[in-house]
Amino acid sequence: MKKKMIFSDFFRNNGLGMGSLLIGLVGFWLIFLIILPQLSMLDYSFRFNLPPAEQGGPKDVYTLSNYQHLLYGSDTSHQTYNSVDLKVFLRTILAAMLVTLFNIILCYPLAYFLGQSKGSRTVRLLVVLLIIPYWINEILRAFALRIIFGDSGLLNEALMFLHLTSEPIDFIRQDIALYAGLGYAYILLMLFPMYNVIESLDRNQIEAARDMGASWLRIHRRIVIPHAKPGIVSGATMVFMLTAGALAAPQILGGPSSLWFTQLVYQWFNDSLNWQQGAAYAIVLLISTIIIVLTVMRIFKVNMGDIGK
Amino acid sequence: MSSGVAVDLEDIWVRFGDFVAVKEANVAINGGDFFSFLGPSGCGKTTILRTVSGFLDPSQGTVRIGGKDMAGIGPNKRPTALIFQNLALFPLMKIWENISFSMEVAGASARERRKRADELLDMIALNGQGDKMPAELSGGQKQRVAIARALCANPDVLLLDEPLSALDLKLRQHMRTELREIQQRVGITFIYITHDQGEALTMSDNVAVMKDGVIDQIDTGHNVYDHPSTPFVASFVGETNMFRGKVKKINGSEALISTNRSGDLLSRITPTQVGKMSVGDDAMMFIRPEALQLGANKKDEKSTISANAVNEEFEGNSFSVFLEGDGGKSIKMSVPNVGQDNISVRGQNLSLHYDSNNAITMPAGELASE
Repeated sequence: MKKKMIFSDFFRNNGLGMGSLLIGLVGFWLIFLIILPQLSMLDYSFRFNLPPAEQGGPKDVYTLSNYQHLLYGSDTSHQTYNSVDLKVFLRTILAAMLVTLFNIILCYPLAYFLGQSKGSRTVRLLVVLLIIPYWINEILRAFALRIIFGDSGLLNEALMFLHLTSEPIDFIRQDIALYAGLGYAYILLMLFPMYNVIESLDRNQIEAARDMGASWLRIHRRIVIPHAKPGIVSGATMVFMLTAGALAAPQILGGPSSLWFTQLVYQWFNDSLNWQQGAAYAIVLLISTIIIVLTVMRIFKVNMGDIGK
Repeated sequence: MSSGVAVDLEDIWVRFGDFVAVKEANVAINGGDFFSFLGPSGCGKTTILRTVSGFLDPSQGTVRIGGKDMAGIGPNKRPTALIFQNLALFPLMKIWENISFSMEVAGASARERRKRADELLDMIALNGQGDKMPAELSGGQKQRVAIARALCANPDVLLLDEPLSALDLKLRQHMRTELREIQQRVGITFIYITHDQGEALTMSDNVAVMKDGVIDQIDTGHNVYDHPSTPFVASFVGETNMFRGKVKKINGSEALISTNRSGDLLSRITPTQVGKMSVGDDAMMFIRPEALQLGANKKDEKSTISANAVNEEFEGNSFSVFLEGDGGKSIKMSVPNVGQDNISVRGQNLSLHYDSNNAITMPAGELASE
């Protein structure tokens, strides 16, 4: 009943033609760009990698072997676990969590500063300055970081000039460049939701708390952070999902030994031409990150609806 | 409760760059008083409040609370509590947590806080509502919670920044009475900021009327209304009819004004100007709508005005009659409703008279803009 009302209102406001067009576009996006591709990946992940001649033949049946491969390293034996791939998987998830946490810590003070200075000109300029680097392609940005972190890069040169180190630090091999790149890649997606919620916080609440003697720590703990929680969780969700699924930064900034789980997926699709196996890996990553996000939301008592705010 | 703590403002100036928000404010507020700052928006009244609360340091001058100089003492260390215009309740805390927040800051246990919150909820007649969230309460209830929250820390002075402005008329009138009652019960000093003269007059022991950062008059509500000391106060507080003219004759506190359009009219010089005005001065004379009465004054033509009825409005308890005097001078008269059908018919010529004690004269000056 209520849904019907909303739809009829929608058509009344937009007219039948425009309304149908908008709904059609959203529907197209949802069905053809999100649901169908994911469903076909899901379907792939349960099939054998068969030569084209045998596809659709008697051998083309559903199987769990692709998932078994991730777990045991072999399609048939259950003797040993696939420690190499599982380690990569776990490290990817943990590193994505750390990057997310790091982004929260980095963005909170900045978002608070931006949000509480109520759209002054300087602040708006600052926000634009933060956005401009993101006009540059993600891959170019990663390469730029690689140059900065390189043996004779800006950072090493500066450190050596200041005599903080006598020989260049291998930021790439130690994965420092990788984490910096991942942290930088999606940091705006953390900053802006936080900035938006903090901007909507009534300054009088902070003054009221201050008037009642609250310390800065308590004001943040009791008033600002609870208010900003939906923004923080919304930013954290996006940063975590995108970091866990990032490809460019690990490819370009990762050391020779470090593998990101998406690189494994990429290898299955591109190098081994085993889409079925790659799809299974990708599905595992997708489901795991969704479960983690939902768990974290439950722990912090945030609803889906709050995130959309 | 002891009789409250006095607040003294001595030669307070507040400047923001070139802009002077408050000029030379000298105010002595008695302990336990309900004191209002009344003025149009932008007159500097909130700025004064912020210097008392400690959120703003005056550019010059001294704020004393209970005789103690407050210079360098932050808002959290002053014996004041502030109620914000929008109340600023914490929306994500329960009512009892809101009320007892100052105790939480002081490190009181949850049990102590709950107990005190429940006592205060009793006082504001909201017992049993402690576990609700602010959004679940009505406007008037939130208002009372904000008062309880401010009183929880046992402040010596409660500062209220137009807290009733968001309420609808009926509730606002009710809350006036209630605020006054609470103030008398707890016996502490209330400093109240408002642009609504009705609020200031009904609740306050004393009122300071402000304009452009300057305090024009500090007096009881009664005196501010009946003996305004400047044209601004006369025209800002309540409705009035203003007649411009020149002083023709002075006899003690009585002055005959030769008005520009309504002939010679008799009036009383406002107390602060007695002896300071002289014949020939530019003057403004004010008569309240309710001071005008129908009919000519047989004994003295110098307190009779002739005018044509233009329009009238029925206000329930009274009729507002709009008239046009000589030279198009518009005049408003208020007549109590005692069962008349109407007061005048359009175009009818009427004689109005008044008691010359109710017409008040002062040197010409700036009026409150409508």
